[in-house]
Amino acid sequence: MAANTEVVEHGPELRHHFEQPDQQYQAATLGMWTFLLTEIMFFGGLFAAYAIYRAAYPDAFASTSQYMDVIVGGVNTAVLICSSLTMALAVRSGQLGQRNAVILFTIATMILGAVFLGVKAYEYHHKWVEHLVPGFNWHYEDSRYAHHAQILFFLYFVMTGMHAIHMIVGEGLLLSLVIMAWRKKFTSLWSTPIEIVGLYWHFVDIVWIFLFPLLYLIGKHKL
Amino acid sequence: MMHQVHPVRMYLTIFAVLIILTFTTVFVAELDLGPWNVFVALAIAAIKATLVILFFMHVMESSSLTKLFVVAGLMWLGLLFGLTFNDYMSRTWSALGKWW
Repeated sequence: MAANTEVVEHGPELRHHFEQPDQQYQAATLGMWTFLLTEIMFFGGLFAAYAIYRAAYPDAFASTSQYMDVIVGGVNTAVLICSSLTMALAVRSGQLGQRNAVILFTIATMILGAVFLGVKAYEYHHKWVEHLVPGFNWHYEDSRYAHHAQILFFLYFVMTGMHAIHMIVGEGLLLSLVIMAWRKKFTSLWSTPIEIVGLYWHFVDIVWIFLFPLLYLIGKHKL
Repeated sequence: MMHQVHPVRMYLTIFAVLIILTFTTVFVAELDLGPWNVFVALAIAAIKATLVILFFMHVMESSSLTKLFVVAGLMWLGLLFGLTFNDYMSRTWSALGKWW
């Protein structure tokens, strides 16, 4: 072999166009964060809309509080935080190359995510029964706010709905992780997909962390 | 370098703090703090989000470039909020009256 020909031997965990595993890992992480920044701006627009209309109609927004079940919302928040814990532990197990633990923690995360979505579906059903779905099934007890309270419920369905869609996408990503782990794709040298899906899942958790107080805990006291 | 493996204890601690803060935010909502209610609720949410970002998402030990990206994202979010609210708040100052 000629002295100036560089042939770097590496295992299957390193793609050929990267120099070292660390560079590959950094590229993957940075790419995911770039995507998450677009997600921050996406949800940011919805939060801005919420803030503007809440400032415009504080009384109407506060009046919706009686229709939000804080216990159900709080339990769902706890369920989602639990799923973030199991997700973080799945990432940790991936770093250690513990295949069974990866599969178990990932499935646990999926189950907790499904519980969250189930509770969400129950809440949506409840809103329908109470005629609190703007545009389709709307009747508001307090006629003073019948018009403007619709805006909050519209934002409620759009924001929690977009959040739920992100959860459903996350469930699909988690399923792909389980399949990859099952097929022994991960080693202690390479478990980057688990880490990347983890970033996504934690981000979705953070969105809910802000949605919960803004949608469920407003107007406990009249503004 | 790739992230070091943290003890399970660290994740459990962060988890416990997040759950406690969730209870706190529900409890504080029962108190009447006037206009401070929303600020306290958002402050608690911001603390929770920061914990998730730093420890669950491992930004604490990420490269400076990743940290820069995270901060840049928050800066752009600040621009989105700042310029939008600036617009809506100042509309009432005109002779045309309220925008709504």
